[in-house]
Amino acid sequence: MSQRTRMSGNEAVAYAIRQVNPDVMPAFPITPSTEIPQFVASMIANGEIDTEFIPVESEHSSMSATMGASAAGVRAITATSSCGLALMWEVLYVAASSRLPIVMAVVNRGLTGPLNINAEHSDSMGARDSGWIQIYAENNQEAYDNFLQAHRIAEHRDVHLPVMICQDGFITSHAVENITLWDDEPIRKFVGEYQPEHYLLKEDEAMAVGPYAVSSYCMEAKKAQAEAMKRAKQVILDVAEEFEAVTGQRYGFFEEYRLEDAEYAVVAIGSVCGTAKDAIDLLREKGIKAGLLKIRVFRPFPGEEIVRALKHCRAIGIMDRAESYSGCGGPLGAEVGAALYREKAAAETVNIMYGLSGRDVRVEDMEDVFDKLQKLAAGEISFPEYVYLGLRE
Amino acid sequence: MRHLTEIRWHGRGGQGAKTAALLLADVAFQAGKHVQGFPEYGPERMGAPITAYDRISDNEIRVHSNIYDPDFVAVVDDTLLYSVDVTEGLKPDGGILVNTRKPKEEILPLLKGYPGRVYIIDAHKVSMETLGQYFPNTPMLAAMVKISEVMDIDVFLREMESSLQHKFARKPEVLEGNLKALRLALEEVVQCQ
Repeated sequence: MSQRTRMSGNEAVAYAIRQVNPDVMPAFPITPSTEIPQFVASMIANGEIDTEFIPVESEHSSMSATMGASAAGVRAITATSSCGLALMWEVLYVAASSRLPIVMAVVNRGLTGPLNINAEHSDSMGARDSGWIQIYAENNQEAYDNFLQAHRIAEHRDVHLPVMICQDGFITSHAVENITLWDDEPIRKFVGEYQPEHYLLKEDEAMAVGPYAVSSYCMEAKKAQAEAMKRAKQVILDVAEEFEAVTGQRYGFFEEYRLEDAEYAVVAIGSVCGTAKDAIDLLREKGIKAGLLKIRVFRPFPGEEIVRALKHCRAIGIMDRAESYSGCGGPLGAEVGAALYREKAAAETVNIMYGLSGRDVRVEDMEDVFDKLQKLAAGEISFPEYVYLGLRE
Repeated sequence: MRHLTEIRWHGRGGQGAKTAALLLADVAFQAGKHVQGFPEYGPERMGAPITAYDRISDNEIRVHSNIYDPDFVAVVDDTLLYSVDVTEGLKPDGGILVNTRKPKEEILPLLKGYPGRVYIIDAHKVSMETLGQYFPNTPMLAAMVKISEVMDIDVFLREMESSLQHKFARKPEVLEGNLKALRLALEEVVQCQ
């Protein structure tokens, strides 16, 4: 049923694409996601898949072409990073509001400046309000598994929304690590054939995609889109359950690591969570009740569920790998903070800015975070609304 | 054998230090290990100093940070000894491998008093004799496997042969040269401290 091997996060996503065999993939290269279309182009050249690859002249065009293909009624995907995602901005909103089930691999990299190519979440976090479902990975295995689940979520009749499958640039995209790959047949059966309901090339159903709407209709369309995002929550869980039946891998909105009895918890997204787990194990050996809540699904935002899992903690560090320049923290800090407030949770919280432009986070850095959380819970120190981790002074 | 071995590679862009790190991860995986092989990316260009890393373990590897206290260090280009602090954080009970054509007397004083094991290899000689061109990463890979003992040498040679056979299926002469380079490197690497 499976094969244990080793590959990078980009290879893992390309392998998922091979198994899905989408109909169309327009793409424009940008570091660190460039390898994905490169691998896919090789697979097409080798006759492994029959995807139509469209080389385009920009990311605005790649998302436009992906949208066109999806609207025509086929499975369409693309991949990008950083400034590439930024150049898609306009079309991201059009794709989501046109309710097109596109799947995009995002290899997270910071937005300029200073110009840098390394891991940061400012690209996809900037697109958090564009109407796309966002699912994040800690490692190559999760990037692979998430990509395999994406089409089922996007294409579900209760959802009809595009999905971003995100992983950390270089840290997982370019690191060769162990991975378990699932056999083609059960995966193809799980992903299934795409059966679009409404599409441009449907002969007996004339339709328009992306037309002008007057104010008396626009707001209802937006509300309908927001409702679809809410419904995506149940679909994400149902698809994860089916995926578990096929692979044995368990996924939800988030992963709880030693959180059940934790007094001090960290909430984070992506590859830093593996580093946090090592720190937590070391602290637990010393009797310190540390735990982690690793966000997998950021859009739709599972606020209530997150608070339920965190409510018993004394102090919570919410970690952001994207500056909002709001003067009061990052996007995860804002959303988790708001959710905790709504549920009247009593925990002390601090929003921690970390890993910007690929700034490395070591196990010792995470131990330091938990040390600060203990002091915060004990009332020994207080913090401003948000702090920077590992900043050079 | 250690339960987790961490290795740091120093090279210059274009010399194959990243490839060597990824090859080591690859072959260690074949030997049944959990592995992590990754480069550290900066504004890389031909000739600029680059760093790459390997973690090799019997257990699952979850940490995603660079390596600051390596068990072993490989220096693919000895000119880096003048500009990069290659022994920084290197464990005293570990070792460093330097690719050089110079005698050990010229290399040892550049290692800032590092007390652990020091190995040198003339990868240029090995590469020219076996491949006819300068590809330092193949001899460096073999030498690192030998000094770090991350896997059995026979298993290493067997797995390398099988992966090179696959890679150079249409170029048997390259396959033979690479295998010779691996074997010669195992003989040529010398401990000088």
